[in-house]
Amino acid sequence: MTRITVTVDGVTYQEEVEPRLLLVHLLRDRLGKTGTPIGCDTGNCGACTVMMDGVSVKSCSVLAVQADGEDVLTIEGLSAGGPWHPMQQAFHEEHALQCGYCTPGMIMAAIDLLKDDPDPSEDAIREGLEGNLCRCTGYCNIVRAVRRGAQSMSAQEVTAS
Amino acid sequence: MTEEIDAGFVARQIAESDMLSEPAPDRHEVGAARRRKEDARLITGRTQWTDNIQLPGMLYVAFLRSPMAHARITRVDTSAALHHPGIVAAFSGRDFAGEQGSLPCVWPVTEDIVMPDHPPMAVDEVRYVGEAVACVIATDRYKASDALEAIEIDYEPLPAVLDMTEALKEGSPKVHEAGNRSFVWKFAQGDIDAAFRDAPVVVERTFVQQRLIPTAMEPRAVVAQTDGDSFTLHSSTQVPHILRIMLAQVTGIPEHKLRVVAPDVGGGFGSKLQVTAEEVLLLLLARRLGKPVKWTESRSEGNLTVHHGRDQLQRISLAADAEGHIRGLRVDLLADMGAYLMLVTPGIPILGAFMYNGIYKMDAYDFTCTGVFTTKMPTDAYRGAGRPEATFAIERLMDELAAELSLDPIEVRRRNWIAHEEFPYTTIAGMTYDSGNYEAATDKALALFGYDKLRAEQADRRDRGDPVQLGIGVSTFTEMCGLAPSRVLGSLSYGAGGWEHASVRMLPTGKVEVITGTSPHGQGHETAWSQIVADALSVPFDDVSVLHGDTAISHKGMDTYGSRSLVVGGVAVLQACDKVKEKARHIAAHMLEASADDIEFAGGSFKVRGTESGRTIQEVALAAFAAHDLPQGVEPSLDSDATFDPDNFSFPHGTHLCAVEVDTETGGTKIRLYVAVDDVGKVVNPMIVEGQVHGGLAQGIAQALFEEAVYDAEGNLLTTTMADYLLPSASDLPDFVTDRTETPATSNPLGVKGVGEAGTIASTPAVVNAIVDALRPYGVNDVTMPCSPERVWRAVQGGTS
Ligand code: FES
Ligand code: FES
Repeated sequence: MTRITVTVDGVTYQEEVEPRLLLVHLLRDRLGKTGTPIGCDTGNCGACTVMMDGVSVKSCSVLAVQADGEDVLTIEGLSAGGPWHPMQQAFHEEHALQCGYCTPGMIMAAIDLLKDDPDPSEDAIREGLEGNLCRCTGYCNIVRAVRRGAQSMSAQEVTAS
Repeated sequence: MTEEIDAGFVARQIAESDMLSEPAPDRHEVGAARRRKEDARLITGRTQWTDNIQLPGMLYVAFLRSPMAHARITRVDTSAALHHPGIVAAFSGRDFAGEQGSLPCVWPVTEDIVMPDHPPMAVDEVRYVGEAVACVIATDRYKASDALEAIEIDYEPLPAVLDMTEALKEGSPKVHEAGNRSFVWKFAQGDIDAAFRDAPVVVERTFVQQRLIPTAMEPRAVVAQTDGDSFTLHSSTQVPHILRIMLAQVTGIPEHKLRVVAPDVGGGFGSKLQVTAEEVLLLLLARRLGKPVKWTESRSEGNLTVHHGRDQLQRISLAADAEGHIRGLRVDLLADMGAYLMLVTPGIPILGAFMYNGIYKMDAYDFTCTGVFTTKMPTDAYRGAGRPEATFAIERLMDELAAELSLDPIEVRRRNWIAHEEFPYTTIAGMTYDSGNYEAATDKALALFGYDKLRAEQADRRDRGDPVQLGIGVSTFTEMCGLAPSRVLGSLSYGAGGWEHASVRMLPTGKVEVITGTSPHGQGHETAWSQIVADALSVPFDDVSVLHGDTAISHKGMDTYGSRSLVVGGVAVLQACDKVKEKARHIAAHMLEASADDIEFAGGSFKVRGTESGRTIQEVALAAFAAHDLPQGVEPSLDSDATFDPDNFSFPHGTHLCAVEVDTETGGTKIRLYVAVDDVGKVVNPMIVEGQVHGGLAQGIAQALFEEAVYDAEGNLLTTTMADYLLPSASDLPDFVTDRTETPATSNPLGVKGVGEAGTIASTPAVVNAIVDALRPYGVNDVTMPCSPERVWRAVQGGTS
């Protein structure tokens, strides 16, 4: 067992964990952060995507011990009771989800994508989201949502600056 | 109202404190692109997936699965697993033999069908890789999987049976004692021999519908618990109601002691229309251990053991006259059942039997389907279920017929399709298509596609010998959905009816609760049903909430599959609203001191005809709640139930056009343009409809280009992960151009036809037709799916694939 300290959605936890425990299981089974789902066991689907120190990671491919000392943001912390993040709003407006299982990971990956490219083309979005699979939407509306989210995020930044 | 009747203290407070809702008379919700109610929890991570459930004392189950395609189990010893830390129990099939029963198949398509016993956990023999042979129950999920390796099990290998044609040969090893042929189902209409005799044109093809893995993004999960008397089962299922009655039959738990809950469910596509081994076994474990138990599958486990889809060999021939008018169609299918018949396994290819004729007129039709056992995962419903296979075959053949006669593929279709003035039209397969307009959908699609321009570009590339050729694929499809008229299902030997149920509850404050027997898992019923109710009762959209998926709340239903929910369940909701209004009319008449015959409902109020004085529906609901002054003999409730059973299926149709660029040097294909014009009748929410089309297209295109479940020569599944089984990502698919025409269905009062499967059914042949069209100059007349670069390249080299 290893003792780790990890901050998740603004709350700091100290946990005794087995070295093999996956971050996603720590989140879901120990911390009750069930907003982040699991879609595969090979790191292919992206459903489990969260931010770790500001960078998106697949939490099924990270060990809990690797998150020691890190700051993790999940979908649950994105708007945390306040108004929705512009990307959440955009997914809603553009009907970019059906069953919603891929959605938490897709939203986190989309936000991460915009860090490097705040105004991505359709092709850039399609390529940027290659690691996140959706079985329901055929991706058209996800692409539209990411564009819309990008626009409102840059508008927000303009207002903020 | 407080002046007119003594409403009582609570009712008066509701009325006086602004809690009572008001009508929304001027909005038209049906037809509006309402954003979904479901989204709020889904985009904030507050969804209730089955795997989220944690209960005090809950135990975790892991299954040991057969590594052999076919073998006798000669010895099992689970005792060593018990020495592992955290292990509570371990069992093998023998431990369940007396109580586990047999997994049900409810569709015995013929009288003499061979329907072998299907134990949830194998006892003596395994018949596919992945079949459960033992399980351990532990205090956490890691410990459970650790202990699996301590189970000792010996197998005596038996020969695998993998190829359907071989399986039917004399002397083939047998999957089951009774042989490898499960059934032969036939349908014939017209004089097929006459149609083929001296036919100027006969087109013959053999198509392979490859095996597919449905792959809902949420893996299956089951939680079972008992208080010693009754049981609750949470499952990631599309069919909580069917599951309840079936599990009661299999386990002997009385139906009223079993509650089944489908919480939020992350997609299904037919794969969660099943009664699974794990659902049965978890109930038995909860009963045996007295503790709540949970099992969640890994993706690799799911690829092995969630039922697969398609897997048919289609031998098909079409006879036509010299002008391209179809005379007759012969279909001879082999359908791979896999190792056992699951819930509706044998019925899947039979659903296709009525669709091979497509939208076309012909004189004769002959259909035979042989269901074959192999030592693979059983097949069952996957998006479209029988109709994609049929549509693929006929739409591919129409393009081949056009090529044979050097006609444009659109022209050959025009010569054969049912003209819009001919509806209702009874087809050669005995279905009565109630409405449609193939001309309108096709004209719209051609215009959006820029058909003539693309044909000109194609000719130009051919002339130039461009290594990148352009192909144009056509699919003018129809399908039958809205399962279904109970009478028709009965005549097809289906095990139950196809009705749907709804309840509408008027709450004292005028808010509305709708209980539906449909079980959405991404389709947006909470939103669409709210739209229907908002219009029917003139209440605000936000005043309606929709409850579903819990048999303790929604006791009656036939669940969600076969594009049936709106067509059957949505109509039940509408009819329940009508009953609410009828009840309310009598109470309103009493409140207004008028005769019920003089009361009309308009703009959200019941009014005495010709006057302005009235009572809102919410005021009537409150009066019914207070019940201090109701007319004699009237029950104090507006709540109403309705069960709708349609007279006919519904028949959405459309025209899909696909342009692909095929690199003849690498075999690579790229969809350049995809236009889908669908006619799904009246539309409740165009945004949801478009979303369903998009998702359907992605799955149909994926069958054409990417997906295939592959077994090796020993019967091992090679595509157990998402790295091996190629689901399309965003970068693999184009943007889709979608539009609609609208021919209302005549078989239901909403005029709706269903849209869940249309995109999948239509798109596979459109894509393959486009690839073959690109390669015609190379002598290619078919490419086997999935049309991988290697297969396309080989086709270019060899003139066939
Ligand atoms: S769960 Fe699929 S990538 Fe993490
Ligand atoms: S919305 Fe269902 S998987 Fe993406």
